[in-house]
Amino acid sequence: MTEALLILYSIYVFVLAVFVGFEVISKVPVQLHTPLMSGTNAIHGIVMLGGMLVLAEARGSLMTAFGFAAVVLGAMNLFGGFVVTDRMLEMFKTRKSPGKKA
Amino acid sequence: MSPKTLSDLAYLTSAVLFIVGLKFLSHPKRARRGNQLAAIGMALAVAASFVFLWGGGQIRPGSHAGILIVVGIVVGGVAGTLGARLVGMTEMPQMVALLNGCGGGAAALISTVEFANFVGDRAAGRPADPLAFGATLFGGVIGSLSFWGSLVAFGKLSGFLERPITSGVQKALNAVLFLALLGVVGWIGTGAGTTAFYVLLALAFAFSVLMVIPIGGADMPVVISLLNSFTGLAVAATGFSLREPALIISGTLVGASGTLLTLLMCKAMNRSITNVLFAGVGGSPAPAAGGARVGGPAKSAREIGAEDLAMLLANVHSVIVIPGYGMAVAQAQHVTRELADLLAAKGVDVKYAVHPVAGRMPGHMNVLLAEANVPYEQLYDLEQINSEFERCDVALVIGANDVVNPAARYDKTSPIYGMPILDADKAQNIIVVKRSLNPGFAGIDNEIYYNPKTYMFFGDAKSALTKLVEAVKAL
Repeated sequence: MTEALLILYSIYVFVLAVFVGFEVISKVPVQLHTPLMSGTNAIHGIVMLGGMLVLAEARGSLMTAFGFAAVVLGAMNLFGGFVVTDRMLEMFKTRKSPGKKA
Repeated sequence: MSPKTLSDLAYLTSAVLFIVGLKFLSHPKRARRGNQLAAIGMALAVAASFVFLWGGGQIRPGSHAGILIVVGIVVGGVAGTLGARLVGMTEMPQMVALLNGCGGGAAALISTVEFANFVGDRAAGRPADPLAFGATLFGGVIGSLSFWGSLVAFGKLSGFLERPITSGVQKALNAVLFLALLGVVGWIGTGAGTTAFYVLLALAFAFSVLMVIPIGGADMPVVISLLNSFTGLAVAATGFSLREPALIISGTLVGASGTLLTLLMCKAMNRSITNVLFAGVGGSPAPAAGGARVGGPAKSAREIGAEDLAMLLANVHSVIVIPGYGMAVAQAQHVTRELADLLAAKGVDVKYAVHPVAGRMPGHMNVLLAEANVPYEQLYDLEQINSEFERCDVALVIGANDVVNPAARYDKTSPIYGMPILDADKAQNIIVVKRSLNPGFAGIDNEIYYNPKTYMFFGDAKSALTKLVEAVKAL
């Protein structure tokens, strides 16, 4: 693939992802706002992969340190994000109706 | 199949899983599975990048990068998981802010390393393509903004930075900073090195602090949601600079859905995003209201004791419970449910009215009440319940304040003017469980405490309700 085509292709991906992002959560009940925010927060934890890529080719100790810090922060975002979201949603799921005593 | 093709296919699969996961996350019944699907997608993407880095020989020979990557993932993963496991349900909003800040910080660091690489390449006579270069600057600025902004939001929600600080010179400062930012970008364009990039990051830091510090605590959820979508955009930008479609797709998805979610949250509060960001709720009106409160003869609140209140509650037909942040901080959701069950056993019709922004985040109360096993059928949202207050005997306000403040209806000078409120003041009797008459999180006084139909039941929500439960049992 030529350089120009590669750039065009990544712009395509970007534009389509904007539309998908808007469409996919068009109707959300208010009680899911917080878990949804937390869930999207976990998804941008993918930034950890970017940290891995730059760490793999980092030049010099300062840049290596930056790359390492990026991996650590990204991993916190990724793991913490999914665990926090799951804990919130668990609350909704394990609800059992206690049965009213009249 | 080459490692590169294999990892690209895996990235595609995880992008599909993220999209389906988000879709599921917006439906109550499938939300948890949605999060799990997204987590599976993430695991796949991480595995794919291992295949790409190791299988494809991408790690610089002779460096310790491979070991560092594994150590970094373990350290960050353990820290993130432990933090997320141990944090109390009440501190959830701060936790999300903190984790979001981590993502933003990571994006800023990645951009810094990439920028240094570009500078190195340029010195070697290989200029970077303008899109990747521009994306690196963007990722650095927005990532830094998101990192520092989230830390400020975290500090405000944790109570380290209590009062909203507003100053007149701030808008001018913002403009100056913005111009300086453009100036530095121009400087970098003419060939400046990494020092200029650090200046850029520092300017973004100053900008984020000025942006978030004046915003009132009640609006923090909107700010966190906005910063969340910023982080998404910063991640997408690093995707452009690293030529990695997986990061572009995921980051953009979060950026777009996060922006929409931010707007939905504003809509739930009947505010516009510009109003949230620039109006500085909870600033100047507080002292004036506070001054009027002290010793004003017209403003006296009636107090009620546990026994009298128990008697009152046990002998009415209907009670609507309005929980707020006070219930959350005191961890009083379980005792609240115990009280409701006791009253229900005495034939009282108990309902819960959940304001969209009660607590510190939309849906915060739903999560807490669900934790206490309050049946879903007893929870009502604003539109469903507001017409019922007139016919209801008692509105029991537990640690809520701004969401029942009638000033939102008519007082144009009030910072919460226009926000839909729960019509607690229309009930036959109003009981307010509160620690003191101090104003709430938005820093404004509430006339409902001085309503002739109101009884104040003072105390920390948990101990007060525990006393009340004992009194109801003793009847």
